[in-house]
Amino acid sequence: MSDVVRIKRIIDEAYDTKTFVFDWDAEVRPGQFIMIWIPGTDEIPMSVSGICEHTKSITVKAIGDATKRLHEFKEGDRLSIRGPFGNGFDLSDKNVLIIGGGVGTAAVMPAVVQTGADTIIAARSERDLIMLDRAEKHAANLWIATDDGSKGFHGNAVQLMKEKLKEKSYDCILACGPEVMLYFTYKACEELGQDCQLSLERYMKCGAGVCGCCVMDDKRICKDGPVFTKD
Amino acid sequence: MVSLKTAVGSISLERPGMIASGIMDETGDSLVRVLESGAGAVVTKSIGLEPNAGHDNPCFMEVRGGYVNAMGLPNPGIELFKEEMEVAVPKGKVIGSIYGAGPDDFAELGAKMEDYGACAVELNLSCPHAKGYGMEVGTDPELVKSIVSAVKSTVSIPVWAKITPNTHIITKIGEAVQDAGGDAIVAINTLKAMVISPEFARPIMSNKFCGLSGEAVKPVGVRAIYDLRSALDIPLVGVGGISDWRDAAEYIMAGASAFQIGSAVGTKGLEVFQQVNEGLSSFMEEYGYSSIESMVGAAHE
Repeated sequence: MSDVVRIKRIIDEAYDTKTFVFDWDAEVRPGQFIMIWIPGTDEIPMSVSGICEHTKSITVKAIGDATKRLHEFKEGDRLSIRGPFGNGFDLSDKNVLIIGGGVGTAAVMPAVVQTGADTIIAARSERDLIMLDRAEKHAANLWIATDDGSKGFHGNAVQLMKEKLKEKSYDCILACGPEVMLYFTYKACEELGQDCQLSLERYMKCGAGVCGCCVMDDKRICKDGPVFTKD
Repeated sequence: MVSLKTAVGSISLERPGMIASGIMDETGDSLVRVLESGAGAVVTKSIGLEPNAGHDNPCFMEVRGGYVNAMGLPNPGIELFKEEMEVAVPKGKVIGSIYGAGPDDFAELGAKMEDYGACAVELNLSCPHAKGYGMEVGTDPELVKSIVSAVKSTVSIPVWAKITPNTHIITKIGEAVQDAGGDAIVAINTLKAMVISPEFARPIMSNKFCGLSGEAVKPVGVRAIYDLRSALDIPLVGVGGISDWRDAAEYIMAGASAFQIGSAVGTKGLEVFQQVNEGLSSFMEEYGYSSIESMVGAAHE
């Protein structure tokens, strides 16, 4: 089925990133995603970036045709969505470190809000950092990293994570971000014997685990994921 | 002790269920995963001569009673698919599904699938949403006959034809397959369909037309198998909306020697194969059917 929802509020997160808050009663778990149809353009997977009882949000960086078109939407406009899909994060461990890289921060934000865990938010530069206000409000400790050093730690998310792991131990690391960040997060966790849950992204067709178009090895990103443990 | 063993012509199967073409079968690893979950064989995604990205999104959605899709035959092309077959073939029986625009395409693709180790080829004569392919070639008995003949004269493995319910001459199409020497018929593919968004006043699928699958289509599929069984002698494989043992039993009693499951993998997961196997066994035990063969076509008597 698809639901047609109305955009209630639009938040400018950065020069190229907006959050769209819409009325939607569906039950969604942190780390799940929805498929958004932009009529005449495309249908794309988007992580849910905010979860309230009656509203949900997505946070969109204008990169391709569909996301640029989405940025033209105004408050009151309607969106057609399917979902939620995917497994989401397992939040049964209480002592976790959450890492968001770039627009991947959106996918971990509901987990930050729900757990209040220590959080790293990283981006290329200060102007690319998003959702700091919500993270500041909910995270026990918020650490920031920028590749160019314009704010917080001068370096990438994985370097900062390694520093923090020297000071404190965590049951699990939850992360979403660019594929290269996730790859090095995985490598570092493997070396350190650290459990982790990583949220991956692929272009998807069905979203429901049927078509097999997003399969990596034998795992369907849409249904078996998008969150995967180290194994 | 009842046995779930069955056979589709010369292809023997330890279990009667297969994954239907198009479902979790684009990579070798996922084909293996399906084989390990209790399927007797797997059917690959339909493969063409060239790589194909398929239709743009939206190309899939859930509807009441099932799914609609207009994937548009996405596949890596027959050359690249060799790698996936190399992974899957050593792990079980793999039926290579192929699509083409005419007899030459099908013959070339069938030969490749045989080289790759497929135990049979399934000709996609029934996709309802790809221009120039699928049901557009599969609703003309003469063309069907020439395609099946061309593949039969090229390969030595069994040739199955998957045919469409979107025609009033399904038994004529079946006869064309049989007359051309086809070894089995697989029925049905999806029902041609459309979904419109009232809010946006347009069809939702980028391709406008799509195919309906899932529970809603089962009675149509069972009827098709029943009609085909009445008209033909070659083995039948039933597919369309099977999600539990009752559905499978209906198809078998209508005349199918084996069946395929597709959409239910989305709703129930791959566990559906194990569940259907267990349910069928208990039913057969209780009702005194010692083999699948003894149930095939039972509803005709």
